[in-house]
Amino acid sequence: MKIKLMIFLLLITVNSLVAQTTAIENETMASTMRSNGKIYVVVAVVTTILIGLIAYMFRVEKKIRSIENDLKK
Amino acid sequence: MKISWWKILSIVLLAYAIIGGLLLPVPALPQLGETIRNLYFHVCMWFAMMILFTFSVAYSIKYLRTSSFQYDIKAKAYADVGTFMGLLGYSTGAIWASYTWADPNNPAYASFGSIMREPKLIGAAMALLIYGAYFVLRSSIIDMDQRARVSAVFNIFSYTMLFPSIWIIPRLLPSLHPGQEGNPALNFNDIDSRMRMVFYPAVIGWTLLGAWITNIKIRTEMIREKNIL
Repeated sequence: MKIKLMIFLLLITVNSLVAQTTAIENETMASTMRSNGKIYVVVAVVTTILIGLIAYMFRVEKKIRSIENDLKK
Repeated sequence: MKISWWKILSIVLLAYAIIGGLLLPVPALPQLGETIRNLYFHVCMWFAMMILFTFSVAYSIKYLRTSSFQYDIKAKAYADVGTFMGLLGYSTGAIWASYTWADPNNPAYASFGSIMREPKLIGAAMALLIYGAYFVLRSSIIDMDQRARVSAVFNIFSYTMLFPSIWIIPRLLPSLHPGQEGNPALNFNDIDSRMRMVFYPAVIGWTLLGAWITNIKIRTEMIREKNIL
């Protein structure tokens, strides 16, 4: 639970940081996130989903490993 | 925590498939435009499905040869995740088709009617429904040995039906779906070499992710059935 909450908070902070930097750079209209039809935003979104998925996979993996270890004892 | 090399490989390849798949150059084609990038995601779902189903049928045969219950668990888990990948492939294909096949000048239902007559879609639906029948069959037999044996035989049947229904029959009929004259995305003449650089790693990455999920499912089942194994 704690780790889940931490990951969630981490994602929110990273997100707001990214949002802030883009807001500042918005005046020059040349930040990476806003170039090429904003495709990098899509990349960021999909990568976030992938990271979330993988983190979740590791959590399930860890859980099942601990159950396996309990059974072995 | 020790992590197997293939799980790491899966993460690396998926990250490459997503970032490279969205950013690397693709050939500019009429009608498709940027949606050609769906090759790295939509098509990979089907490839992953076929590879997982191959594992499933291999374990079914292994079960029939040895009557060892763990192979039944494995066969079921692979079929499970394979079907899931297939459903993802189907729904992503529906989204893709609605922006490339459907005619925006016609009302939606008119385009829908012709898209739903696509032999490839019907074939894929057939294949998935046969696998659906596999799960129904499994859950309808209470006796464990009988369930394992009957469903292993049915799994072989489903697998032999998979290839005619998604590869052979759609090719005999006119279709909008690519791959009419050969193996779509595998033929060296009809896929751009730049795309091949991302496509093959993407297939491996998605398949390994499917195998990872299956691995966790198998281990859960093994724990649940630990008394009889």
